Amino acid sequence: MAEKTYLQAISDGIRGEMRRDKRVFVIGEDVGVYGGAFKVTLGFQEEFGAWRVIDAPLSETAIMGGATGAAIMGMRPVAEMQFADFVSCAWDHLVTVAAKQRWRAGTPVPIVLRLPSGGGFSGGPFHSQNPESTFAHIPGLKCVCPATPEDAKGLIISAIEDPNPVLFFEHKHLYRRIKGEVPDERYTTPIGKARIHAEGDEVSLITWGAMVYTAEEAAKQVDASVEIVDLRTVMPWDKQAVLDSVRKTSKVLVLHEDTRTGGFGAEIAATIAEEAFEDLDAPVKRLAAPDTPVPFSPVLEKAFIPQVDDVVGALKELISY
Amino acid sequence: MATNTAVDVVMPQMGVSVSEGTITKWMKQVGDHIEADETLLEISTDKVDTEVPSPASGVVSEILVQEGETVAVGTVLARLGGEGGSASAPPPEPPTQPAAEASEAAASEGEAAPENEAVAEAPPENGRAFVSPVVARIAAEQGIDPTQVPGTGSGGRVTKKDIQSFIDSGAQPAAPAAQEAPATPAPEAPATPAPAAPATPAPAAPAPSAPPVVQQAAPQSAPVEVAAQVGETLEPMSAMRRGIADHMRKSLDTSAHVTSAIEVDMSRVVQIRQKLKKEYQSGYGVNPTFLAFIARATVETLRDYPWVNGEIRGDKIVTKSFVNLGFAVELADGKGLIVPVVKNAETLNLLGMAKAIAEIAKRARDKQLTPDDVAGGSFTITNPGGYGTFHGTPVISQPQAGILGTYAIVKRPWVVTDANGADAIAIRSIMNLTLTYDHRLVDGAYAGRFLRDLRERLQGWGESEY
Repeated sequence: MAEKTYLQAISDGIRGEMRRDKRVFVIGEDVGVYGGAFKVTLGFQEEFGAWRVIDAPLSETAIMGGATGAAIMGMRPVAEMQFADFVSCAWDHLVTVAAKQRWRAGTPVPIVLRLPSGGGFSGGPFHSQNPESTFAHIPGLKCVCPATPEDAKGLIISAIEDPNPVLFFEHKHLYRRIKGEVPDERYTTPIGKARIHAEGDEVSLITWGAMVYTAEEAAKQVDASVEIVDLRTVMPWDKQAVLDSVRKTSKVLVLHEDTRTGGFGAEIAATIAEEAFEDLDAPVKRLAAPDTPVPFSPVLEKAFIPQVDDVVGALKELISY
Repeated sequence: MATNTAVDVVMPQMGVSVSEGTITKWMKQVGDHIEADETLLEISTDKVDTEVPSPASGVVSEILVQEGETVAVGTVLARLGGEGGSASAPPPEPPTQPAAEASEAAASEGEAAPENEAVAEAPPENGRAFVSPVVARIAAEQGIDPTQVPGTGSGGRVTKKDIQSFIDSGAQPAAPAAQEAPATPAPEAPATPAPAAPATPAPAAPAPSAPPVVQQAAPQSAPVEVAAQVGETLEPMSAMRRGIADHMRKSLDTSAHVTSAIEVDMSRVVQIRQKLKKEYQSGYGVNPTFLAFIARATVETLRDYPWVNGEIRGDKIVTKSFVNLGFAVELADGKGLIVPVVKNAETLNLLGMAKAIAEIAKRARDKQLTPDDVAGGSFTITNPGGYGTFHGTPVISQPQAGILGTYAIVKRPWVVTDANGADAIAIRSIMNLTLTYDHRLVDGAYAGRFLRDLRERLQGWGESEY
């Protein structure tokens, strides 16, 4: 057990799997000589060589196409988009080929696609998005969004082990800001199981990724017992954990950093309305970014991404309902 | 989802060529509850033995075909749920319709929730404010009039907390609690004359006409009546045994079987396997078996001998760019054998081969094979050497052209030639391999060269090869 950053936990997880399984390799822009834009793969090329830590051309299409082909032939690529936003260039290979290959041909497609995502540092509209709901909507893809260093390591290993394409959304704002105890040995964190970040019995706050910490701050500032459910993975998502919490508290706030309309919170809210209607004591509330691109200006970005005060306000509304 | 209407369970179509199946075992009996996808029964067809999952959750209301019977694909085997179902289930429920329904619903959702229909008749006569769904539910369950509860919520609304503390304070329910109806068969009509679902007779109710049972020994020739002599016992042939019998006979009638054998010095493989064993077991949880080495070498060798991996189809010779490698697996208790196929074995390295063999053998033993798993083989390996046999003449799996037999590895005195050309006797691990081939397609010399190359590959296995 040692205290590690979120970034180091991801790096350790991948390195351990590469040592353990020769089929695992890394491909992406600047992942080799430079060690990755965020240094997640720092030192990898020295240890594993250029054939297992591949500096790809500036083409997300090539990265995703190459990873898909390699996966179909039995390798286990861990591909990186330098920023999650650029995954749109890889859409066709990811959505048309990788996501459907198992269904069409029965071949496993064990790809991990690492997607540094999220804002909070004035990265602007091309470097700050959280596109998890877009891909959660594509049958055949799994979407993982860890919040803690421990989960980040356990989930990257689960993602590498998984026979399906797994999109691994790693929040850039957490990379070096969040530290936590991470077991040294190899372990896996199951995909599809939520984690109760804080127990409570008056309001349920369902969230994931960096918003877990915003939720935690906000919960301290209200005079009620708030249960924070960290989904950890949005596809598959742990419906049972959410419904269990809602049945206990009868009031629920769904919080995410992605924009509101069609965001994954909508799916959660609809499911609660369908399956726990008779347990509700207040309307299901959503808090998310407004339906605009991510602004550059620090002031506007703060207004865009849900802040602690916004969450406090939403919780208070629910408590007094 | 729970079943309110009856759901039929039919004999599944296991692969295009299968037309009938035999029930080997019912895992559930009439009256048992079953979840969707849980195994309901086991069937045996001439291709595979398999488990049939339940198409829905509910109570098994009827079993229409008994164990041992063989019926056509599509025949209704059982029915789940439906009102006919709960009626014919062992009835511990009170005779009142609402209670019976409630307990069925509760059972099928796996939780002991009291009946929900009470909500429908909860009087939403609260003039002050909206009654939230959870408050309405608690009020109905407890027989409380929410208008009598002091509200502290927005606009004086009664919150969940309000009604709970109202109950905790021991307030009198407005009406006798109805919630225990399922437990005690109260003779008076329950407080909730619930809008019971109209008791239309379920379509499942009428007794079905007898299912079209195919006679036990229905195949090709008319069933011959056989009688046991003194000291003999008769037992019916399983579908699998019948399939094996037909196939073995057909194969001998089709191919011109010839067997050639060769002795292979496995010493190097023994050595390398010993080295890899620990790494494979700790790193990948798989054993690098001799079979995996032989399979790997066979696939490589087949590349150079496409006819051994080929087939005669009509008057054409078919060769293939892939090797779909079948492995003969004996089922437990001598119940028969099955030949699951590792598809595209040419793409697998030694580790991949070891894993694929272990996986498919496990699925064969656990009866998890699908018809696709046993179809499409292009060449087969059979491995009877485990019992010490050193030679055999296996039967080709049609329509393939060959089958490789592997036999016991035995330490034997062996003449080796040293670097100076001097002969000496050494102790070596020797194994016999046989290739049984269809002489219509494969000639003896061609088969001999195949065996020679296969032997060279095994004897010269390189440290870094995999």
